[in-house]
Amino acid sequence: MANYKDIIESNKDKEGGVIEVFHALQKEFNYIPEEALLEAARVFGISAAQAYGVATFYSYLSVEKRGKYIIRICESAPCHVAGADEVLKAMENYLGIKAGETTSDGKYTLELTECVGQCQATPVITINSEPIFNVTAAKIPEILAAYK
Amino acid sequence: MAEERRVLLEYADKINPENAQDYINVGGYKGLEKARKMDSKDLIQEVKRSGLRGRGGAGFNAGLKWSFVPPAEVKYVVCNLDEGEPGTYKDRIICEKNAQALLEGMAICGAAINSNQGYIYCRGEYPFIVELLRNAINSAKESGALGDFDIEVRMGAGAYVCGEETALIESIEGHRGEPRFKPPFPGVEGLWGVPTVVNNVETFACLPYIIENGADWFAGIGAQKYPGTKVLTLTGDIEKATYFEVPTDYLLKDVIYELGGGIKGGKKFKAVQVGGTSGAFIPEQNLNTPIDFDSMGAMGAALGSGAAFVMDETRDIVDIVTRISKFFEHESCGKCNPCREGTFRCREIMEKINSGRGTEKDIDNLLLLGRVMKKAALCGLGQAAPIPILSTIEHFKHEYSRKLLQYA
Repeated sequence: MANYKDIIESNKDKEGGVIEVFHALQKEFNYIPEEALLEAARVFGISAAQAYGVATFYSYLSVEKRGKYIIRICESAPCHVAGADEVLKAMENYLGIKAGETTSDGKYTLELTECVGQCQATPVITINSEPIFNVTAAKIPEILAAYK
Repeated sequence: MAEERRVLLEYADKINPENAQDYINVGGYKGLEKARKMDSKDLIQEVKRSGLRGRGGAGFNAGLKWSFVPPAEVKYVVCNLDEGEPGTYKDRIICEKNAQALLEGMAICGAAINSNQGYIYCRGEYPFIVELLRNAINSAKESGALGDFDIEVRMGAGAYVCGEETALIESIEGHRGEPRFKPPFPGVEGLWGVPTVVNNVETFACLPYIIENGADWFAGIGAQKYPGTKVLTLTGDIEKATYFEVPTDYLLKDVIYELGGGIKGGKKFKAVQVGGTSGAFIPEQNLNTPIDFDSMGAMGAALGSGAAFVMDETRDIVDIVTRISKFFEHESCGKCNPCREGTFRCREIMEKINSGRGTEKDIDNLLLLGRVMKKAALCGLGQAAPIPILSTIEHFKHEYSRKLLQYA
């Protein structure tokens, strides 16, 4: 696993690049660990409060530990009418967690999201940002089997 | 006449969007070559004369926007690829099919305002497009086509409000994506305080064709006051849920019944919401309207991003609008009170009505609250948030009435 200091260091010359650093940190850790956030704040010359302000403003950034696979279920109107609610219920049942939680083995985190821009094949979910189309409750075991 | 007219998407799936040479082989980068030989004032005049208006939703004349940029040592060209309007994916399609046209368009804008640095702000939901664009930029730089014009891609992180141009700028600067007070507009004081042109992906992608074929050619396509083509995305209860590029005088009913193949499963039409989730709901009697900005505006709707979300006769309008009101509550950045409180109260009242606990008084309150938000919210998010509610109360009042308490 890469060192968070190296990740921050390699992005430090990007003007306003703190969000880019957060993305790079999440790519490695799936969330922004506290010590990495504080180090990023120091390198970019902003206060810890400002860094937290940024990290907690955006839906795709998290300061809470998350699982290896982040499953996002789109709730926006086109997915809503296509049955996103049933997909959410089935996913919660299958994983045994509620939206916003992580499975006890640290594998899956379930999140709700707004439109992911794949509305040609609703309902849509994403797993680590990879879109999966025309999802139904019945397809869930097969879909998740590909994410071990 | 009900056919597509492909300009931006003419070579869709025939060329590799990452490969500059593919694009050059089908006539790409000729517009930029021509633009670089023109005096910048003439270039801006040509874009102005073409009548090209912003494709992100605001419909402002692109050349006119550029003409406000004052002389300065450093200026930026920023591309808004933060399409977050539910039902919209046309900017993704333009990148996936013709990314080089976007890069060329940005460089043409750079030539017009004398800037050699561009930024593309891509929404966080599209990391694969960020990669595609970085490859496309490398290919274009290697081919020499972009000359000294550089483009950097920055990725957002899931905030709808960052589609607002000043919030987008704040986000590139590494801040929370909260809109700024205007004026000053970005054209005068934008990214890092210097003059910045922010345009939508589709607006930039039109430019190579305008410069190569001339302003008159472009002005002659589609609607007179909003010329050119528009990439539309169809979603919901429609046979062909996909994208199309049409001239802007194309009728909404033809979008649904000709290109879209009609309502799914042979059901009847109930409503279409055009322009994304912030758009108005349009009833059947208004379908015989061209999709251009002004025609849509004249009937109280908006072309917006060009998304068309179709609902069949079985759909529950109040339930859908309740879901939409949750979207705006979630996406409100919280900077201004009319939006922060307004979107919260809208959602609260909509849920009350949707669950059968509402009264006529709640509908009156929604109308009043909606009027206040439209006038008093700081940015387009809060101003547009009540539109789905107000337009459905106008056209589908019976659906609200039958859920009210006295009828339960």
